[in-house]
Amino acid sequence: MLRFLLEKEFRQIFRNPAIIRMMFIMPVVQLVILPLAANYEVKNVAIAIVDHDHSSYSQKLVHKAMASGYFKLTGYYPSYKQALVQIEKDKADIIMEIPAHFEKQLVRESEAPLLLSVNAVNGTKANIGAGYLHTIIRQYNQEIRLQWLQMPRLPDQLQIQTTFTNWYNPGMNYQQFMVPGILVVLLTMVGAFLTALNIVKEKEVGTIEQINVTPVKKHLFILGKLIPFWIMGQIVLTLGLLIARLVYHIIPAGNIGLIYLFSSVYLLAVLGLGLLLSTYANTQQQAMLLAFFLLMIFILLGGLYTSIDSMPIWAQAITKFNPVSYFIEVMRMVVMKGSQFSDIRHHLGIMAIFALVLNTWAILNYRKRQ
Amino acid sequence: MNAISVRNLSKSYTTGKQTVEALCNISLQVAAGELFGIIGPDGAGKTSLLRILATLMQPNAGQASVLGLDTTKDYKAIRQKIGYMPGRFSLYQDLSVEENLDFFATIFKTSIDANYQLIKDIYEQIAPFKKRKAGKLSGGMKQKLALCCALIHKPSLLLLDEPTTGVDVMSRKEFWDMLASLQQQGLTIVVATPYMDEASLCDRIALLDRGNFLEIDTPSGIIANHQSTLWAVKSDNMYQLLQDTRSWSGVTNVFPFGEYLHCSPHSSNTDIKELEAYLLSKKQQQIVVKQIEPQIEDVFMHLMNKHHVS
Repeated sequence: MLRFLLEKEFRQIFRNPAIIRMMFIMPVVQLVILPLAANYEVKNVAIAIVDHDHSSYSQKLVHKAMASGYFKLTGYYPSYKQALVQIEKDKADIIMEIPAHFEKQLVRESEAPLLLSVNAVNGTKANIGAGYLHTIIRQYNQEIRLQWLQMPRLPDQLQIQTTFTNWYNPGMNYQQFMVPGILVVLLTMVGAFLTALNIVKEKEVGTIEQINVTPVKKHLFILGKLIPFWIMGQIVLTLGLLIARLVYHIIPAGNIGLIYLFSSVYLLAVLGLGLLLSTYANTQQQAMLLAFFLLMIFILLGGLYTSIDSMPIWAQAITKFNPVSYFIEVMRMVVMKGSQFSDIRHHLGIMAIFALVLNTWAILNYRKRQ
Repeated sequence: MNAISVRNLSKSYTTGKQTVEALCNISLQVAAGELFGIIGPDGAGKTSLLRILATLMQPNAGQASVLGLDTTKDYKAIRQKIGYMPGRFSLYQDLSVEENLDFFATIFKTSIDANYQLIKDIYEQIAPFKKRKAGKLSGGMKQKLALCCALIHKPSLLLLDEPTTGVDVMSRKEFWDMLASLQQQGLTIVVATPYMDEASLCDRIALLDRGNFLEIDTPSGIIANHQSTLWAVKSDNMYQLLQDTRSWSGVTNVFPFGEYLHCSPHSSNTDIKELEAYLLSKKQQQIVVKQIEPQIEDVFMHLMNKHHVS
């Protein structure tokens, strides 16, 4: 019996060019474009400079900032007011104002004020840009001090030199971090939303009515829906891992089998979610809206873009109920850290509970009769 | 044994705070081998009744048994034995004619070949298109395919919900011919339809309006029970005619019927000439007035009016 249901389901899937295209084009486009475009590294911070001093020291400071490669010079402005206009026009992100007698004060009094004004509309950019500039100014400060200390016997100030190594992602490669995460979102879309839409379509077209008067058992009908999408999910995962390897040279540090093990359980959970959505939605439009609503929450509270650890406590509590966050974490652990089974055991257990709860809820809520 | 036995059945739907009574305490018996028609306008409760009989819905009160089995308790056994064709085309539009039929045969654990005899006459008409997707068939073809799919497991009872709605006149006639030949093979058939003209093709009919059976009898029996004088009136200004006739106290039950107005006299003493004289006084032109034999629709209108008044 199940065989015939599956046969019919696969026949319909392969007959629908939109699904096949989505299955192959979606992962390719999302994985090739998104990690390249969505980048945390802040570059091209536009800086407007107001130099009232015009000294060699002020020149040196500006040069040093520009040489860092993070900044793009908007221009020199004679007054702070004029520079502010640039910020208002969104041409500049930061104003650095060097007061008159900057050099003189620095030489004479060993200290000089400097003003940084930051456009904080884009919080990340402003924060990180200002941070870079701050570091540069400090280094500059240190260099001058070194110059002035002639033949120092002992540095007059305790100096702590920090050196650091980046574990698991030595090149601080942003893509290493993003690609596994995006892959999880893809899998969620295929698993949860294609299933939901598929079942709701049967409701909408009325075919479910005809199935309901047949002796087909409820659980067989549901299995007939879940198995094809489970398989499609694994295909998309494989495709995604291949793209990660070929395009980004991301080769999972851990056992790839662990990823498949987790995705097997994860797909059960998201398929259950899809099934659940379909029992509540009566039209594909409703299912689509519900799916978008959930997907937004899953992505924003899934640790894909923003770190869960830096969220407020209540938001962190919500992420505990977000299956996407677990898989993103496991993906990153296995791909980047090479985590073992014992490391992801906990996640796997939680995912199994998700699968159990969502599917049970969905099956209880699915009725052949009204 | 009755193929269908319904006792004091009620069903209501609640949306928000509004409750709609779809079926109000109705009872019905359909004998085995009958071609039974449930006739009523849209919203009468035809689909609700059929869905309860098809075990897709549970009644709020009352009992229904199909082929001797209770629709609530033995629904699994019933599903093996009935063929149900919903009002809306409910087959897979992206599967071909052949694939649809094959799919429904296999989920009933049978095959097209095993019961081919039953559907042969119908299937032969759609066989030239068997590779075509069901969604690309014409309305009449779709209905034939749906009928084939409902028959493929050799049911003993066929429930058809408005099978001829939206189908052209020729296909409708063909469809009823098919039903007649299926009935000869021993099938019990229940057809819900809004078309009064199809009533005479059934063995017995039930007139359904707002969840109540107005009358259950043979078509000729129903007409005979309400033997009353019926007049047909026509003139060159039908709208004015309708208003004039309705405002005349001599007749009742005035409603348009094709190119005529139908009405019946208030009392048997009223003469048809009086109506003509009245209409002439209203300056109607080209008046045609004649006495006619009532049809099912006339009886239905009559019963509906009576029912509303009471």
